[in-house]
Amino acid sequence: MKVELRDPNKIMKLSRLGSFHQSKLSFLRSFLNEFKEWEYKRDLFNLNENGFGEAVYSFKKNKRVYSLICFANEIKDEERSDRVIATKWDAAFTLHDGVPTKKDIERLKNEVPKQEVGRLSYKELTLSRANKSVRIYNHVVESLSKGQQPDLNLLSKVGYLYRTTAVYGSGKFGLADRFRIKNREEINGPFRLEMMLVYLVRQFTFDQVNHVAYHKNPKIAVKLDDNICKNLGIGNSTGLGMAPFIVNHPTLLNNWILSREKALKKIREIKDVESQDSDLFIDCVKKSLKNITSWNTDSKYQQKKISSLLKDVEKFLNFIDKDFNFKSEYPFDKIYQWLEDNTCEECIEYIVSIMMEPYNDIINPLVKEMSSDEEKYFNIPTYRKVDELRNIIEAKYPNILDINFEEKENNKNFWFISKNKEEPRLADRFEEHGSELEQPLAIARDIKKLYDKLLVSKNSLTIAEFLTSNSELRHVVRRAFIVEKFPYSEIQDNTIGKDLMPIDMLRLKLSFFGALKFDPRSDKWLRICMFQGAPLPNELKSYDEQWVYKTNI
Amino acid sequence: MKSLSEIETTVKRASKAAGYSWGVSEETGKSIRLLELFSLPGIKHLNEYFNEKNKSKFENLNLINENNSSSNNPYCPITLGVSFLDQINVLENLKKIEFKNVAYPIIFISFISRSSEIIGKKIYLKMDEKKILLNLNVNISSNFIEQEFPKLANTIEVNLLENEDNFTDYEWNNLYKLSEETFVEESDSLKEGAAGAGLTDND
Repeated sequence: MKVELRDPNKIMKLSRLGSFHQSKLSFLRSFLNEFKEWEYKRDLFNLNENGFGEAVYSFKKNKRVYSLICFANEIKDEERSDRVIATKWDAAFTLHDGVPTKKDIERLKNEVPKQEVGRLSYKELTLSRANKSVRIYNHVVESLSKGQQPDLNLLSKVGYLYRTTAVYGSGKFGLADRFRIKNREEINGPFRLEMMLVYLVRQFTFDQVNHVAYHKNPKIAVKLDDNICKNLGIGNSTGLGMAPFIVNHPTLLNNWILSREKALKKIREIKDVESQDSDLFIDCVKKSLKNITSWNTDSKYQQKKISSLLKDVEKFLNFIDKDFNFKSEYPFDKIYQWLEDNTCEECIEYIVSIMMEPYNDIINPLVKEMSSDEEKYFNIPTYRKVDELRNIIEAKYPNILDINFEEKENNKNFWFISKNKEEPRLADRFEEHGSELEQPLAIARDIKKLYDKLLVSKNSLTIAEFLTSNSELRHVVRRAFIVEKFPYSEIQDNTIGKDLMPIDMLRLKLSFFGALKFDPRSDKWLRICMFQGAPLPNELKSYDEQWVYKTNI
Repeated sequence: MKSLSEIETTVKRASKAAGYSWGVSEETGKSIRLLELFSLPGIKHLNEYFNEKNKSKFENLNLINENNSSSNNPYCPITLGVSFLDQINVLENLKKIEFKNVAYPIIFISFISRSSEIIGKKIYLKMDEKKILLNLNVNISSNFIEQEFPKLANTIEVNLLENEDNFTDYEWNNLYKLSEETFVEESDSLKEGAAGAGLTDND
């Protein structure tokens, strides 16, 4: 049986993309898989009794070394902010290519804590900063220093000791350009080095609380239990900065979604499913319920989504228990059809993610297809004709062409870059100033404008000729030719309409990172948790691949 | 040191601020990134051009012919570059194209370099007395690499080269003969064991 890939016009809608969940394809899981054989080491731990100072952690294999350099700083409570406008953080980090010299550490000590206003070099690969979850951090230090383990109920409400507020890579602030390192096999997957940074930061947070607790009371202090460490991750506060990324990297976006779609197609095409595989799938769905029930958020929007997800997953498990026979042919295809007919988008994508768990043979090759050499697809094929471009738009953007951008509600917002922090922002064009400096992120509107122009242009004109008098549409001409080859490269929705939920765009990206427990703090930013339940560095050589469904707090 | 990614992003934004469309600004970002990758003064000349653009007029050439001469003001290197890039598949048939009066020609050259990759042919430029070879966008070589790039080119002659060897048949044959010394002469028994041996091709 041949199953078709799902229709981009359905899957690339924001409500669907905003329902995606982590899976075996997620970058933090593929990072762990890639680096599990590497030698992990804490090379330097030079903190004072209050936990301030420097530390270095590394992964090494053969002659390749990646070193995380940590700078823990003392800041006042009033200086602590998760917003991108902050200028001080509890800790700042960079991932250095190789073994840093003392001179490197001295250089970086002056730059890394300054973050966006510091300067890094081609020897640094990623940059980040993090703030303590003060309530949890203090409680853990206090408990350990008294010889006790912390209160698990309190820990479960947050799930981490620190949360990062940005992770930068790919040439930002002088960091190494991607092209310098792109031929390294171990990082042939998106965001590998960003994931490495976050993973090693997690270990630093455990070492730091142990260290501070010990110095508080050396005689009776105990270390944070390994099992508790394992069930703590690293938090992250994420705002609109992430949203334009998925618009600005169309072929990369395509490769992420296409890998997921290919995985689903191949799984639905399996005629006979082995018992061990169906058992693993069901086990993961059942165990994952804890991830849903321990998912805390004050957001009414998210609470509603969690509630319908929980209801539908329970309905699904009931269906599997009572009405479903895994020995029938093409069982995963039947499950998928049932999900489409009976559950919400959030549940469909949740179960689709879990379907991948038994199938390393399908997933691992797809992980290698998730990067993109975007330069290759940048040039516009200007020798092609107007009628060809019009046909592409009609075929690839049918729903976009139905939107009337003359209506105020469909043209309500505009994206801009804030002068203060050079970060993307969204505003109401009819109430705020600055829409004349709009960023080119209103793709749907501009595609519609392009289409209208093409309708009144001669079919036989070449694109080169068309562009001589339509330069303002050049950016979307490029995109239309990209979407012709890469069907999942475009969000098939209006990114400036009044109903836009920007967190849908953030969730899409974060699900591919492997984030859990999306906690929207407004419609424009959210908190998440990464690596919760993941093996500790000393457990990497042999770990349970389904750790993500087995968190204990 | 600024990364190429920072260079591309900043050039794109600055170009938009200088009045170009987003699509053209994206092209400019790619082109200046390329010049800086090749250690050519892209940022310096773009900066000077944008400063001058505020004070002086430049001519936009959208449709390129065999001979292109700006009447009063120098050609804008960005519009000229984008037009060249867009029309390269047609221009390829012309073999030789001439431009008179081009401002900040190094910026224009970056677009020609990218065009060289698109058509898969080397492009040879004569810019007044200077000679430049654009090699499929892999590198740019010239006979004046250490001299200051001019801010204005009176004449640029663009020659699209046919794909030909850089060496003679004699040189090639000599080298090939030497390479044959790594081959093994086949004996009858080796021939019998080779792939396809023993099968009839008339079955």
